Formats: sequence, structure tokens, C-alpha cells
Amino acid sequence: MSDFSSRFARSTSEHRVDFGRRTLVVRRRRLALRIDLRSIAVCVALVLAVIVLALVALATGSYQISVDQVVSALMGGETGLVHKIVVEWRLPRVVATVVFGAALGVSGAMFQSLTRNPLASPDVIGFSTGSYTGALIMIILIDGSYLQVAGGAVLGGIVTAMLVYVLAWWGGVQGFRLIIVGIAVSAMLASLNTWMMLRAELEVAMSAAAWGAGSLNGVSWDQVGIGGALIAVLLVLAGMLSRPMRQMELGDDVAASHGVRIAAVRLGLIVVGVALMATVTAASGPIAFVSLAAPQIARRLARTAGITLTPAACVGALLLGAADFIAQRIAATPLPVGLITVVIGGGYLGWLLFIEARLRL
Amino acid sequence: MSVFTHFIRSATLKDQSVMPDSQPAAGSRLHVEDASIGYDKRVISKGLSVSIPDRSFTMIVGPNACGKSTLLRGLSRLLKPSAGRVILDGADIQSYKTKDVARRIGLLPQASIAPDGITVADLVARGRYPHQGFARLWTEGDEQAVLRAMDAAAVTELSGRLVDELSGGQRQRVWVAMALAQQTDILLLDEPTTFLDITHQIELLELFTDLNRDGHTIVAVLHDLNHAARFGTHLIAMKDGVVVAEGLPSKIVTAELVEEVFGLRCLVISDPVVGTPHVVPLGRDRSRP
Repeated sequence: MSDFSSRFARSTSEHRVDFGRRTLVVRRRRLALRIDLRSIAVCVALVLAVIVLALVALATGSYQISVDQVVSALMGGETGLVHKIVVEWRLPRVVATVVFGAALGVSGAMFQSLTRNPLASPDVIGFSTGSYTGALIMIILIDGSYLQVAGGAVLGGIVTAMLVYVLAWWGGVQGFRLIIVGIAVSAMLASLNTWMMLRAELEVAMSAAAWGAGSLNGVSWDQVGIGGALIAVLLVLAGMLSRPMRQMELGDDVAASHGVRIAAVRLGLIVVGVALMATVTAASGPIAFVSLAAPQIARRLARTAGITLTPAACVGALLLGAADFIAQRIAATPLPVGLITVVIGGGYLGWLLFIEARLRL
Repeated sequence: MSVFTHFIRSATLKDQSVMPDSQPAAGSRLHVEDASIGYDKRVISKGLSVSIPDRSFTMIVGPNACGKSTLLRGLSRLLKPSAGRVILDGADIQSYKTKDVARRIGLLPQASIAPDGITVADLVARGRYPHQGFARLWTEGDEQAVLRAMDAAAVTELSGRLVDELSGGQRQRVWVAMALAQQTDILLLDEPTTFLDITHQIELLELFTDLNRDGHTIVAVLHDLNHAARFGTHLIAMKDGVVVAEGLPSKIVTAELVEEVFGLRCLVISDPVVGTPHVVPLGRDRSRP
């Protein structure tokens, strides 16, 4: 009780709040920000790692190019084969890993924050499976074009999200129920997917399976351009939702009493989160586990309170970049990146469960 | 001897029926007008009218499921009345922007979650949310408000600590500090002392008394009738969604009221320290030493 009775003795002569972490306060004109130095440092380090990885990915492969030449090609100083390989063949793929990885990281972060559960990412709660169902319908039943398959994937993801949302509704959506319902819906859709595959002709089934593994093989500027523009818009929206989102981590009642419009923010988070995941899936097929693992790895690296979007985006970009780098080089023929992310993600999930289990004991 | 006289006192008060006053009190920024409040289709309170006197430390008491938390949620706009109105500063509370309400009324709910790895100061600073704008997230005003709030709730020393590491009593004071950082005149508390040991309960109630004396209007839902009578300046007793009695605790807490509201036969004596009403249950077995 001693610290309590001394409360009037203490004055507020110390003008600065001690946050227990290094913080930088910027107050200039209409700007007043508090920046967590560790978060910034982690993000800068991750961005540098992404840049290094991107340069290596652009330089290496079946045709080796020096880093100098890569940089000069990026600046527009090269012509001919080097320009073609770096800018037209390798760059779209590298940009895709960065942009799509960031999108998946943010999408996972939004769902994990919303449900306050590290298991809730769009791939675990069925939206990826739903996207795959949509794409399969297009590939197998109507032999659709690339755009139709992409559209089917987006639609499948969104319809699944709506279905899960409605089924989990019980006078409001609660995080845990959303996960359970999502896993159940995902399982049912997976069996539907298997049934469609079994009924399809061999060649169609093979191309459908290749799509379903999640691959960036054959990603061109067209897909990166459209997907990237859409993702840029969605990331801006995500940024606008990030403060109310973090406020909702304190509990719905606290957030509401702070003036957060709970229902609107929750719907916004779901819509933007699903749209981010669906955009990536449409371009590359379902890439698992990046959205699950990235926010949690980011949280452990930056040691932030709760989930934060920017570090999650950086980790997502690095994860997908690294996974695709490995996928292209580990075997004689390039593997789908989805295979590598599943291996990384599976290892991560095992580690997470191991840690959680140890905490309980 | 003294117990006997108090028994007489409570007996003589028997015929003074205390009826709820449906007119808003002279000074009341926050009152409920003929409202039905509940969840979805289940109405808990119907035709409820109650006023929170300005600068009072109002205690809402009653048995479980009597509608006291529902009333608090109605007052804080977490629940929208299906009929009637909740009036804040002369206008329907539903007509305000959400952040406007948040700048006038603070709430300490029962269920709140501290995100993993959050420090005390970071959590308290989250209370500044309704005052912050797009690029104005940590002004000098925010900083001073957080410092003052932590000081008032005596958590300044804990500032850089992780909330996960704190004791229950310390943690509750951190949540109070967060509500204080919101800088609202009105503070609503939903069972703030539940799960705390007796020392921390008293500590917290004394903190609320200090805040009340500093000018805050405080409304608390409390389980402990004796604490409510001792620390409250205004008492609202509820049963089955209706206000049974309201007024000064020393005026309205009688054996009859306790029996009517809680169905408990008891003796109301004078608290030997401060003289407020103190409820002693009669119970079954009165022969034990």
C-alpha cells in the first residue's frame, strides 16, 4: 500500500512518460507522433533484407548476372538480354513476392487482431480453400480463361468469408467461433475440392493441382500491375483501420467506450483482409502459412504490444521472397512457392504449439 | 446496546417508503428517461427513469441479474434503449458522435484485455484515443494527461513494466489510469473491485473517492452493499430491472430495503468507523459464539 499512499507526494515534475521502451517523440507543426524505436529498427532491417534478397534473386538463376549489371538494368542502363532477363523476366516475380507477401502478412495480422487468436489467418479459417473452390469451378467445370480463374478465386474467397461470417453470427461475431466455424467450412470445401479433382480429366486436374499448390511461376507484369495496384489501395485502407483495430484488442467494451465504432471497424477489417488474401490468391493460387506466421514472427521480433501491421507486412514480404527464392533453386525444376511456405509454416506452427504447451505446463 | 438501538432505528424507518424519483435531479448531466434497455429481444429494464447527480459518487446495487450492469451499459451507450432515451448534457446520447461521447464519459468495463507485451504507460496512453487525430497521435497534451492519470492512480512507478507481470490490484489501477487518461468528467465503473482482495478493494474505493472529490462524477456497480454505503454519496438500489430506492445511503439503507431488494433478513447497524449503514445478515444460525 506504500506506493499508493505516496501518490500525492510524487509530482509530475518528470515531463516525459516512461514507456519502458525506447521511444522517439516527433512534434512539429501539425505532426505529433510517438515512434517505437525497436519497431522502426526491425522494419528497416527487414526492408534491407528484402532488398538484398531481391538483388540476389535478380542476379542469380540459370543465367548469372553481376549485381552491378542488375542495378544498372534497374536504372534503365542495360539493353538486350540482360534487360530482358532482369526487368521483364525476373523483376515481376520479385516484385510479386514483395507485394503479395506484404499483403498476406497484413491480411493475417488483421484477422489475428480481430479474433485475438494467433491461429486465425485467412488460410486456416477457410478463405483460401474457398478461393481454391472458386478457381476449381472455373478450371474444371467451364474451362475458364486466366481472368475467369482469378475472378473465381476472388469470388470463392469472398463467398466463403460471408458464409463463415453468417454461420459464426450469434448476436455478434466472436473470434473463437469464427475460427471453429472457419475450420469446419474449410474442411467441407476441401472435400468438395477433392471431389471435383477426382471427376476431372487428368490434364485438367493436373493444371488445377498446379494452381492449387500456389506458384509464382509465370507471373508477368500484367498480373503484378493489376494485383499490385489493388493491394496498394487495400493497404492504405488497412492503415486507416489499424488504430481502431489495435484499440479493439483491449476488448470490445473498452474500444467502444473510447469511441471506436466496433461493428463498422470489424466489417471493414474482414472485407479488407479477405480482399487482400483473395487478390494474392487470384494471381498466384493459394499460398499458405505466410499470413499465419508473418504477424506472429513480426510481433516477436519487434516485441510490440499486440499485432502491428507494418512489421507484419515486412516479415510477410521477406518470408515469401525467401520461400520463392528457395522454391526456384532447390530442385532441378522450380517448385511451387506454396510448397515451401507450407514447410516453413508447418515448422513455425509446430514451434508455436510447442512454446504454448510449455507455457501451460 | 448500540446494536439494539440500531435495530429499533431500522424498525422505525419501516413506514418511510422510499420511492424512486422519476424527475431528473436538479443537476444531472446524465439521466435515463423512461427507457427500456436490454439485449436483442430480451428487455431487462422497462420504463426505467434514473438520474446521476452531478459530482456524486453513485453506487448501483442489487442482486445478480437485477439490471444494474445493463443500466451502466445503457448510460455508457454500449446498449441502445429500445424505447425511451438516455440524456447526456441535454441531448439524446444517441445523437452524439461516438468520439464526442468518449470525451465526456469514461468506462471501466468488467471484461478488458491487455494485449501481450504491453507496458503500463502504453496501455494508459491508449486512453487518449478519443482525443487523437490523423497525424496528431502524441501531443504535449496527451503526454501530460497520461502523466497525470498515472500519478492519480499511483502507477507512475510501474510505468515501464509489462502489464502481464503486475498483481491484480496493480493491474486494476492501470485500467483506472487508462480511463482517467481519457479525461472525462463522468466515469462509469462496472464492478471495479471484483476479484481483488479486501485491501486492494478499499484502496481502489478510496482512489475513486479522491477522484470524486476532485470533481469527477463517478457511477459504480458494486456487489458489496457495505462498501457501497460507506463510499457512495448516492445509492441506487435495483431489483428485477426496476429502481427500488435511491438517495443518500444513510437515508435509504434499512433492514426492510435489504430484505426487499436482496431477500436477506439482516440487521443494519452503524459502521463503527464512519457511521454509515452497515448490513449484518441474520442468517440461520445465530447461536454461534
